[in-house]
Amino acid sequence: MSCSRREFLKQTMAGAVTAAIPACSVIFLAPGEAQAMTDGSKLRWAFLVDTEKCVGCGLCVDACKTENEIPYDAPVSRTWVERYVITKDGETHIDSPNAGRDGFTTSEIRGEEIDPENIDKAFFVPKLCNQCDNPPCVQVCPVGATYQTEDGVVLVDRKWCIGCGYCVMACPYGVRFFHPVHKTAEKCNFCYHRITDGKEAACVQACPFEARKMGNLRDPEDPVTKVITNERVQVLKDEYGTKPHVFYLGLDEKVR
Amino acid sequence: MKSHVLRPLWLAIAVVGSVLVARIFMVPDDFGVHGDSFTYNFYRLGNVQEWKDFPAKYQGRERCARCHEENTEEIATSKHVNMQCENCHGPGVGHPKQIKKLPVNASRELCLRCHHYLAYPSSQRSALAGIDGNKHMKKKECRKCHNPHHPNLEDM
Repeated sequence: MSCSRREFLKQTMAGAVTAAIPACSVIFLAPGEAQAMTDGSKLRWAFLVDTEKCVGCGLCVDACKTENEIPYDAPVSRTWVERYVITKDGETHIDSPNAGRDGFTTSEIRGEEIDPENIDKAFFVPKLCNQCDNPPCVQVCPVGATYQTEDGVVLVDRKWCIGCGYCVMACPYGVRFFHPVHKTAEKCNFCYHRITDGKEAACVQACPFEARKMGNLRDPEDPVTKVITNERVQVLKDEYGTKPHVFYLGLDEKVR
Repeated sequence: MKSHVLRPLWLAIAVVGSVLVARIFMVPDDFGVHGDSFTYNFYRLGNVQEWKDFPAKYQGRERCARCHEENTEEIATSKHVNMQCENCHGPGVGHPKQIKKLPVNASRELCLRCHHYLAYPSSQRSALAGIDGNKHMKKKECRKCHNPHHPNLEDM
């Protein structure tokens, strides 16, 4: 194959232009631009669950379903309450019938009656989306339908979601599911419409025992922030490195 | 260059080009990186407002107190002080304009959420006033005897 200098240069240019075209589709941020975007945030939402106060009434789950239009009888929920009963033989009995929507009005757990004399400890643990700082669900979304807002809440764009389910699989806390009506990924978003409007989240408002609270981590005077910074709080599955922002008081080692 | 090299090359360029042109029309203007991370902040900005516009259902007891002063004052002095009106009366959205009367949940099941006694030593549940829902006044609504707005047993 013969190739003149002119021909060689022509082809090199053509190749370079072709290679450059796809690069045009990516937006590059100047370092200053990126910094300006982060400094503006004076707000980082965090959740505080006091498991010592929870009695398992399930009014939070009930309120959440109504507030966020999750079909009432569908077996999915943005938040749920788990019951842990640890018996003297070291066994742990866990259940969450209907996600705890109707409360716990029987001592039976999964059809098994447990003798009160045999109980070492028993308690209730409410769970919800942890609004992680490193959300694995967002990392895996192939279309940019789920994202983190500047105040730390992870949202799902229902118009953009293609329903692939990667995020449902990626969440180590199992908080994601498909909305039975919209057929898109769904999860707790701290009642974003309420908290941005100065209201409390539906579950926080409904809780008669103040077991659920929310606050702004960037505000050192916030009573919830004070508890999180000064008291002994725990998060779920810390070892995953997701940096969850739902903090628990009085969490037992049996809770996973 | 030989045509068996050039032809697929032009085809590839055409495909990439048409995708880029289609992208201009199909991707909304506000879709992109809005924050400091490509990984976590790559999204459609308009969706944040869409979520903020989601309609709230629960109004909170302060709104109820504007008209139902008597009831809110009564419950404020009782052990049910921390119960939201809407926990039993249902979400207040649309009341009183569209929904004249809110349907109150007067079922036993609602009361039993807290007041069915569970012998759990390390939980606050066992510290609440509790009964066995399967034995105590079975099939009768609790409010026939107990006033939910002022449930003190001494005043019965």
